Amino acid sequence: MAHLICEVVYRGIFQKNLASRITRGIVLSARKAGKWGIAFGRYGDSPQRNGIPAKDFAIVADTQEELEQHMARYEPKELHVTICVDDTLCKGVESWAWYGLQPINRLLLPNGHLLVSSTQSAEELLKDAHKKDAPYSLWILPGKASLAGLWVYKEDHTEVRVLGALAKIAPKILSIEAVAEAIREAEWGSDLKVESARKAYERIQGRPVKITDGNPETPYSFQMPKWWEMREGVTIPSLPIGKPIEGGEGYRPERSAVFKKFSTRTMRPVIDFDTCVKCTLCWLQCPDSCFDVTPEGLYDANMEACCGCGICEAVCPVENCITMVNEAAFDDNASQWEMWRKDKGAYKAWLGAKITDKVHVGRSHGFRYRGQYEEELKAGELELGGAALASGIPGENADQKGLKPNVHEDKSSSIVTGVAEAPGG
Amino acid sequence: MTVATQAAPAAIQEQEMLISGSEAIAEALTLADIDVVTAYPIRPYDTVMQAIAKKISGGKLVAEYIVAEGEHSQFEIVKHASTVGARVFCGSSGVGWAYAMECLVVTPALRVPMVAMVGNRALDDPGAFGVEHNDALFVRDLGWLLCWIDSSQEALDTTLIAYRVAEDRRIFLPIAISADGAFLTHSQAITKVPSKSLVDKFLPPYHRGDLQLHPDNPITVAPQVNEDWVIEIRRQNNAATERAYTVIEEAYADFRRVFGRGPENPWFEEYMTEDAEIILMGMGTLSLPVKVAIRKMREDGKKVGLIRLRWFRPFPYEQLARALRKARAIGVIDRDYSFGSPFGSGVVATEVRAALYNAEHRPPLIGFICGLGGREVTLEDVYKTAEICYSAAKAGKTERATYWLGVRE
Repeated sequence: MAHLICEVVYRGIFQKNLASRITRGIVLSARKAGKWGIAFGRYGDSPQRNGIPAKDFAIVADTQEELEQHMARYEPKELHVTICVDDTLCKGVESWAWYGLQPINRLLLPNGHLLVSSTQSAEELLKDAHKKDAPYSLWILPGKASLAGLWVYKEDHTEVRVLGALAKIAPKILSIEAVAEAIREAEWGSDLKVESARKAYERIQGRPVKITDGNPETPYSFQMPKWWEMREGVTIPSLPIGKPIEGGEGYRPERSAVFKKFSTRTMRPVIDFDTCVKCTLCWLQCPDSCFDVTPEGLYDANMEACCGCGICEAVCPVENCITMVNEAAFDDNASQWEMWRKDKGAYKAWLGAKITDKVHVGRSHGFRYRGQYEEELKAGELELGGAALASGIPGENADQKGLKPNVHEDKSSSIVTGVAEAPGG
Repeated sequence: MTVATQAAPAAIQEQEMLISGSEAIAEALTLADIDVVTAYPIRPYDTVMQAIAKKISGGKLVAEYIVAEGEHSQFEIVKHASTVGARVFCGSSGVGWAYAMECLVVTPALRVPMVAMVGNRALDDPGAFGVEHNDALFVRDLGWLLCWIDSSQEALDTTLIAYRVAEDRRIFLPIAISADGAFLTHSQAITKVPSKSLVDKFLPPYHRGDLQLHPDNPITVAPQVNEDWVIEIRRQNNAATERAYTVIEEAYADFRRVFGRGPENPWFEEYMTEDAEIILMGMGTLSLPVKVAIRKMREDGKKVGLIRLRWFRPFPYEQLARALRKARAIGVIDRDYSFGSPFGSGVVATEVRAALYNAEHRPPLIGFICGLGGREVTLEDVYKTAEICYSAAKAGKTERATYWLGVRE
């Protein structure tokens, strides 16, 4: 009797098809060895919403009875493998509804496996992933967060590379031969993809994570009320209005104590308070009212409320005043304005480092011009995150900022051939 | 300084009027001083809508009268008005009620104490005006409290009671008062109409409290939730519906105290059941031919009685089990249908059968589908029901569980 329970933690819309291919691939691969399986999404999640953390699951077992035993619940409560296809989710998973923040490794069984697609090192990822009271292994599949998209599927081989890596992690359930066979038969499969899976299988290595490793913070949580504690009539009290920040100056809106947006975000705005002209556009256009107004009339993006949509960057008329930077570049949710007013010189240096970091200004979504994603996936650069951008991200105001969208000339170049692990690339 | 030399004439407490069931409801709405009413015409509900319009145009009632572009909006508008604290009224019939279904579904969940009148009408197709109860029964599982009336007087009284019950903070659920099309909505009878001051003693103002949408009480109503929240919300609605048993009894007791009339048993009217061997049951105006037929049958020595259900939701299952315990057979006349139901019975027969399942004494129960589409329930139909019930009583079992009566065959 043997079984394998996996989850794929992914970003709504951007990675919906990717997650589905992975979980289907797990079941179809196991079937090649005569096993039974099921692939399903967590229904309460919101895979149709941009960037919202969501989950898909795959369960495979030797017999149908064993499979049923592990299926007879809404979703698995413990797992052998968590597959995280966007490393910013290592900071925690927060569903669209109120669950609090779930550590990425929360459901892992002792000695389970966390497989992350990332360009970060294990040390960097473990600054984000919370400490766990049981040891587990961390496996890093080199690559940036793959953008599978709801409307299109970018063939960057992530799904097969994950399957290949899984064959290494759980060889008794998923042999690499079974994985290869399933990939070959899949409508999205090819010999090239089989090769990518084999390369991932050969290269990937696990690293033990001890109970002392990881982010020591206690993730925020809350108690679900009993039915008679809830207000009637499907009503919830609104948040009170905000307060001045200090000395009667500035304004910070009151925010939900139980719904933060820490893990909804894949990017965050980095703001140059020295060049800000106080035009109010970011504050006005932010769909989540994430900007606190500082006493001097500047706008500080509050990380409790920022979804990382990038609208502020797009509407800002000043060059490099607001730059979206990948969440992986940050270890906390501290106020940038506080940092700036404490030491303006140090802030300037910090800001400069963040917005010129080629890896972290690479986009995972929210592209500003056609071809930007392809640009980031240039041949041979995948494992580095593939970013090849000169400075900042050209937005709607690219002309004013003196930046021209870098239109990709070579339309014929195939992304498939650009994948590092494909042969003959 | 003037000195009173004689007692002031007693204020007229109640006056008699010759009015239809619909007009009686409009009188009650005026006395209840409703704030917002929405309208969209469909027969026979439109008689209420016209009667209210007359009240407003005649200066008797000050209320927002909004003609919607359809029943969906009609019910949606009053739902919102009620959440800001307005006392509201709405209504429809047949497929109009069906068209409002989406709004009818959310009204109890949002704990909106709307009072609605359903002028019972057959559902299309075929297009028909006559009475069937299937329209109001659409919402029987959703938290709507449902009652059926059989006279103009009961229409007026029940409307006042409905506001009292619906707007009770323990309840906050919508109530639909069903009135049989034509038989009640278009028939005028002598009706006692109480004074406003008397009504004020019975019906307190509507206070929505912490659920009121108001700038001073900022709340979000009806957010999207997931599986972590829905069952708790349903549980709340169930608790409110269960509390309705107590609140309805309180309201009727208070009604009797203030107005000096009204039934002691809110749940159903019992007619000649004291010694009845056969108890016939039904809802709405079919009580009239049944009562007349019972009187005739009593002349022949047949001990037949009637239980006319007023409240269908909440369903008075315990009270009914007690009231039916001496019967030798029960005949339930349904002015509705429920195709494919257990025994092919109508809705009321199925409910009564379920209510008796745990009872010690379970007499044979026969369902009769009768009077659909507004067809007359004749004295002969009633004699037939009693006859079938008697033979079941004699045999101690039912030959057939359900009969269709008054059908050409």
